[in-house]
Amino acid sequence: MAKQRCAVIGVGQTKYQSTRGDVSMAGLVREAALRALADAGLEWSDIDAVVIGKAPDFFEGVMTPEIILAEALGAAGKPVLRVHTAGSVGGSTAIVASSLIESGVHRRVLALGFEKQSESNAMWALSLPQAFQTSINAGAGGYFSPIIRRYMAMSGAPELVGCVVAFKDRQHALKNPYAHLHQPELTFEEVVESPMLWDPIRYSETCPSSDGACAIVLADERAAADALNPVAWVDATAMRSEANNFGGRNMVNPAASSLCAQDLYAKAGITNPREEIDVAEIYVPFSWYEPMWLESLGFAERGQGWRLVEDGVTRLGGDLPVNPSGGVLSSNPIGASGMVRFAEAALQVRGMAGEHQVVGARRALGHAYGGGAQYFAMWIVSAGD
Amino acid sequence: MTAPLDPVAPPITLPPSLRDVEPVQRVRTPFRLDYEVSAGRSMAAYLRAMKEKRILGERCPVTGQVFVPPRGVTPTSGLVTTELVELPDRGYVESFCVTRVPIPGRDDLQLPYVSAWIVLDGASVGFLGLVADIPPEEVRLGLRVQAVWRPDDELGETADNIKYWAPTGEPDVEITSYEYVGQPGEAP
Amino acid sequence: MTDIAIVAYAARQQAEVEENELEMIAPLIEQVRSETGLGPDDIDFTCSGSSDFLAGAAFSFVLTLDATRPVPPIVESHVEMDGAWALYEAWVKLQIGEAKTALVYGYGKSSPGSLRDVLATQLDPYTVAPLWPDAFGIAGLQARLMLDAGDVTERDLAEVAARSLADAADNPNAVRAGAHSIDELLAEPYLHDPLRAHDCPARADGGAAVILAADDVARRVCERPAWIRAIDHRMDVHHFGVRDPRRARSAELAAQAVGVTSDKVDVAELDAPFSHQEPLLVRALGLDAANTRINPSGGSLTGHVMMAAGLVRLGEAATRVHRGDADRAVAHATSGPWLQQNLVAVLEGD
Repeated sequence: MAKQRCAVIGVGQTKYQSTRGDVSMAGLVREAALRALADAGLEWSDIDAVVIGKAPDFFEGVMTPEIILAEALGAAGKPVLRVHTAGSVGGSTAIVASSLIESGVHRRVLALGFEKQSESNAMWALSLPQAFQTSINAGAGGYFSPIIRRYMAMSGAPELVGCVVAFKDRQHALKNPYAHLHQPELTFEEVVESPMLWDPIRYSETCPSSDGACAIVLADERAAADALNPVAWVDATAMRSEANNFGGRNMVNPAASSLCAQDLYAKAGITNPREEIDVAEIYVPFSWYEPMWLESLGFAERGQGWRLVEDGVTRLGGDLPVNPSGGVLSSNPIGASGMVRFAEAALQVRGMAGEHQVVGARRALGHAYGGGAQYFAMWIVSAGD
Repeated sequence: MTAPLDPVAPPITLPPSLRDVEPVQRVRTPFRLDYEVSAGRSMAAYLRAMKEKRILGERCPVTGQVFVPPRGVTPTSGLVTTELVELPDRGYVESFCVTRVPIPGRDDLQLPYVSAWIVLDGASVGFLGLVADIPPEEVRLGLRVQAVWRPDDELGETADNIKYWAPTGEPDVEITSYEYVGQPGEAP
Repeated sequence: MTDIAIVAYAARQQAEVEENELEMIAPLIEQVRSETGLGPDDIDFTCSGSSDFLAGAAFSFVLTLDATRPVPPIVESHVEMDGAWALYEAWVKLQIGEAKTALVYGYGKSSPGSLRDVLATQLDPYTVAPLWPDAFGIAGLQARLMLDAGDVTERDLAEVAARSLADAADNPNAVRAGAHSIDELLAEPYLHDPLRAHDCPARADGGAAVILAADDVARRVCERPAWIRAIDHRMDVHHFGVRDPRRARSAELAAQAVGVTSDKVDVAELDAPFSHQEPLLVRALGLDAANTRINPSGGSLTGHVMMAAGLVRLGEAATRVHRGDADRAVAHATSGPWLQQNLVAVLEGD
């Protein structure tokens, strides 16, 4: 059987906030799943399989919670896979789900990513002392900030580029009712004056800790033809992993990232991403990762990514809007964030992104990364005819 | 489609006997799990050497790259380490950040502190270490540093034997690219 | 469907392994590479299974990535499940037709923590986990219900254990082995009434590595590939009051989907960590126990590596096909309390 075409026919999200005290984990995932099913015009019984992804289970204090969520996910009697690839998991989960369609194994698959990190203690879970290692790492920021400093030094970028990204994403979030951070009063000056956490990264340039779930219904060509709403075709997917430490490693632009993007574009027939991609939802948990990823993803030359930010290219209304949803900087339920990127990319080309819609978007990039910037998952989606 | 803040679940009808009872919103279940973890062969050798103020790294049998601390398998080969090499306790700062956030369980760390990627002379990779004895605003890429060890009677089989890394006063190493030291296939 | 086979398998099970997980899994990966001649550059896709809670560390799978030689970057994924499901994900990937080879591994160390307490965190956190029932006790409830209903007798359980222990004598990876009479076993004290120590899994540290290959590649690297004719997996509802503990509905569904009974089964490697679960699974899969060799490896009763036991069953079944001891074999993997989730595969040799 030849590779089957795969489409996104439904998307569901929950309102992201620091604590969803009104629902249990079961309630949280079901909320996203029900919305995705409604969007797709399907019932639970129409789903052949469930692929669920999330980050370390210490965030909830429940080992392999998909086990207890079988009923909530309508998964009784169905195949269930649980993916865990660190921060990229939301993306890799969508990719595994799309594989089930592309291989012809299933016709309609529910992919879901979630995190209910208010149940446990996210900072604790991220800073768990590794046996036999000295523990001076204050979470992910302590790991990525030295890398960001490298980029700043090498590119000669103006000091406030990160603040521009942070302010932009929080402005975008105001147009996304699902986003966690809604700060209508926020000014650029306030972003700049926010206290430094891991110099050069300020508090305002850091992602929040959120509860949330995101679900996508994927379907084959026949099922897509019957879809209730416009579909998004999955043109290509790509994943790469690399070791997080070895001599000659490019920490700022990891080979796993750039090679993943090259593979993705080759599969999608894209030769000029800057021109051919209309909108990008990329995983930016710390502001400076936007210009860094723009370079790695081939949207800008080495050392020039920051210019796209400064010139307003990546703002809604700009030539290449990046994270019109508000991005990870505005909502970060870790296990779901990657899938939110993939889902938002799909919403854009389906014309269903509401107030943060990029007008005329026909091709979008969804991107997620995790670990020591070593796991990458990406997809290209395009509008149906 | 429901709006983001609309509930999707149908409301629950309670029996009359429960209508005035306050629903349970959260259940608090503290748990404790103890793990006795083994360091592994290479790491155990590294920790034992630490007690003698010696730093061991592992050499990749395929590329010759030297990794420290040794994890037991080099990613450039996928093979179990058979060769450990001794490294000096001096190197330079590949990059750093100034941290102003406290870490759970490390009240001994005075804020702000500098955590840096330290590359030892002879190593192909860096590791995170504390840089002190220098004002944070003077720390820079390429700063040459040396380990400051705990007193002999406080040494244990732990990397915490090195309290921090202090500047040596030697000229900085010149850093000109994004890449870290060492090229695949080349032993430094 | 693309023809995909298990072409190599290596495993290690030991009561307590001194090395860390990375040092533990690397030689197994090296072994399947050298068996097939497929080096890191020849592997199109890698997938592994492991658990953070078991390891006592968040993102614990990052530690073992180095064993795959991920420099230059590789195409790789990971499931927080037994390696059997990593094999399933790899099989799906190969079905698409772009990748031709896959490396699959699963591993776990039970010795560092208390497995029974770790597994208690896998339960409903609102109504069950706070009672801290341990995994062996929960299995004991299932055994009790089966005994009371007359599905099995204590003698039946002892027979399963005795046979497994005797067969394990030929398995260098067995953690428990030996010749015991039924009466000897029945004379042992209960551990969790009605389960005795030998009715419970022989906990082990270790892991397994497998290489999958498609079509002509499989034929090139393996003399007698174990073709995966069909593979399926299903999940049951979780909550204890809502399902029948005397049946594994998800195992029945998976077995039907792969057509276990459509032909003779020479060998069945069943992941039954507790002795009473073997007859339950035999019935669920529709196996003819009289004409099928069950768990010639000794099964999970004689060596059980959390997060790899299912992959080990797949590997052991494949080995029987490779050697010509079986033409058609069934392999099974399970996860969750009371056999909640089950995977079944049919393997055939040419």
